[in-house]
Amino acid sequence: MFDNLKIMWHQGKQFIPDVTTAKVPGIFRGRPLISMANVDETVLTDLCPTKAISGNPVCIDLGKCTFCGECAVQFPDKIRFTSDYKLSTNERERLIIKEGDEASIMVNPENVRKEIHRLFGGSLKLRQVSAGGDGSCELELNATNNVQFDVSRFGIDFVASPRHADGIVITGPISENMAEPLEICYNAIPNPKIIILAGTDAISGGIFTGSPALNRSFLDNHPVDLYIPGNPVHPLTFVNGVLSLLRKG
Amino acid sequence: MNYISIYNNQTIALNDIPVLGYKDFRNINLELLSDQPERHCVSYFGYKDNDKIKLFCCIADDATHQIYVSSSMVDMNTIRPSFSAQNHNFEKFEREIHENFGIPYSDHPWLKPYRYSHNRYDENKTIENYPFYKGQCEELHEVGVGPIHAGIIEPGHFRFICNGEQIMHLEIQFGYQHRGIEQLFLQKKKLLERTTLAESIAGDTTVGHTTAFVNLWESLCGYVPDPSLDYARTLALELERIAVHTGDLAAICGDIAYQLGNAVLGRLRTPMINFFQEWGGSRLAKGLIRAGKINYPFNQEHADRLNEILKAYEPDFGEITEKLFRLPSALSRMEKTGVVSYNEVLEIGTVGMAARMSGLKRDIRTSHPYNLYGKTIVHQPVLKHHGDVYSRAQIRKEEIKQSIGYLKKLIANVPEFNKPEDVSLTPASGKFVLSLIEGWRGEICHCAITDDSGNLVAYKIKDPSHHNWMALAQAVRNNDISDFPICNKSFNFSYSGHDL
Ligand code: SF4
Repeated sequence: MFDNLKIMWHQGKQFIPDVTTAKVPGIFRGRPLISMANVDETVLTDLCPTKAISGNPVCIDLGKCTFCGECAVQFPDKIRFTSDYKLSTNERERLIIKEGDEASIMVNPENVRKEIHRLFGGSLKLRQVSAGGDGSCELELNATNNVQFDVSRFGIDFVASPRHADGIVITGPISENMAEPLEICYNAIPNPKIIILAGTDAISGGIFTGSPALNRSFLDNHPVDLYIPGNPVHPLTFVNGVLSLLRKG
Repeated sequence: MNYISIYNNQTIALNDIPVLGYKDFRNINLELLSDQPERHCVSYFGYKDNDKIKLFCCIADDATHQIYVSSSMVDMNTIRPSFSAQNHNFEKFEREIHENFGIPYSDHPWLKPYRYSHNRYDENKTIENYPFYKGQCEELHEVGVGPIHAGIIEPGHFRFICNGEQIMHLEIQFGYQHRGIEQLFLQKKKLLERTTLAESIAGDTTVGHTTAFVNLWESLCGYVPDPSLDYARTLALELERIAVHTGDLAAICGDIAYQLGNAVLGRLRTPMINFFQEWGGSRLAKGLIRAGKINYPFNQEHADRLNEILKAYEPDFGEITEKLFRLPSALSRMEKTGVVSYNEVLEIGTVGMAARMSGLKRDIRTSHPYNLYGKTIVHQPVLKHHGDVYSRAQIRKEEIKQSIGYLKKLIANVPEFNKPEDVSLTPASGKFVLSLIEGWRGEICHCAITDDSGNLVAYKIKDPSHHNWMALAQAVRNNDISDFPICNKSFNFSYSGHDL
């Protein structure tokens, strides 16, 4: 008993009081800033492992970027990753950052379905499906509910049964072998329901783009409500992304 | 000579590997392993060479620190005797070869689909129709779990045959995570693409697999890395080990409903992965390990910071593990649960923790040293003997302490790092190279073969989970099905590492 109290005392305060303003330690590759500096665009676009960089004007697609940081190392005057971890949005085009862009990435409230706030604003239960995910996004999604990030405090929880869920969180590039289980799981969730893509692999296929072992047709048939970039997604990116979707428009 | 002896990360000419008739090939490799627990097969694979299949078998010898490599050229139609009928260590390897190329075996004991890879030989075999073993008995019932599991983890299917609450048999079906990584290694030709692929083999072993790749790649390109690179890789490997082991101990506590242990160990993992972010910008070390360079040099400030983190970690870790391993309710769930004996792990051919838990000494850091192992870090494997959940938890606790010692030793002497600049790396032509790493889970093996123009013709990846999943199936036999989660967690194998 006293041991337990002692252990608890030694932990001090671990939770992050305000997850919307918390600072991430050290360096973090969040929302990039692309300057107007002149660089050899062919070299720049060519070095990216996932073709996330396009030229004229120079843009980075955060839905494709693996946040490897190589472009910023080789072109420090052109590209800089800031520690802004709020990267989520409900519109795919908003993930494309153009040179000169400095604005934050935000959810477009106009396009959030009206029932999302009304039904899920106070409580959102999510079923996570890893469809070829390497385990890294899965680890970070687990971390969203540890004592530090504690996403449950917002009424956001991961549940075991799709029947209890209000939506699905997909990680991984969607392997052919997971395509059917994913579809079955999604169909088992009662309407209305949301779809969240967590991580670069889920959003675009990431480094697996072009692999014949994928089957991403699920995404052609169902509307996506939230894109959360990252490789893997940072817990703060996830928490803030979901909160911004649920917030009253 | 029937085989060629090489060392870890040694590039040799492909032509120097003896090509044997299948009969000799089989006999010699079986002979190498017979009654020699210090030898184990680290990779056995094939690739298509015109209309034939060229097979390579690589046997590591922990006593001599060498790896014995031999090869054989076979056609796809002749029915052949398997290695597996004589030695179960080869069971998975041959299933993989059979699935990929259709090579028929006359006496393979368990010739079932392996991962349903997209380029499999027989496309009529589909993942929905896996031929599970059936217990034809009215007393028994089956329990199917997955592919999607209750928690936030990767998919795989478990099929139990139970007598009431008691598990009689478990069969695990894989393939859901298959992304075609080995094929992508050949398709994507840029170094950064391949490095990113290596980082995505198993997201919980980013450092392990990426280090295996870069060590291999540098050797293949005839590049000798600066000592600072070896330093960074060794440091990152030990840091990854501490982070994952801590998280695993938390998960074990979670599964036995020891909430305090779960919360404390869970939060102790955070400073370790956050340190990865402070150093290289990613909590799971993506972007950190690169061939020929490092984009995020480690400096004295990092060393001081890590020292601080370790200082804060140690007393809290010591306190909670001391409590955990004295708590009768925790011990009763861990002791004698999920036992795998020495003979069983030897027969399965497990590696890493899943071998050391039962007294089988397999640790690449000692047996086939790389980077700073065998030099700055002279490693002694932690061995346990009961092969139960308790042994697996104990190994983690002791390895964490050991790794902290290694980190302290490393940070006491930070080398000079070069500026992050690309060096030119061109793979040599007509070569074979093999790279072994002891990741936190166990032995990782990557092999590469180049053709006469220096193009990759084969890239073979083996995660320790390839060998080890069978140990889980064995561990749960005769246990209550309610103990399955803790058995599973105490091993923590990788689905993506298996499925590739
Ligand atoms: S950080 Fe993103 S955009 Fe830059 S090279 Fe890496 S993947 Fe491409």
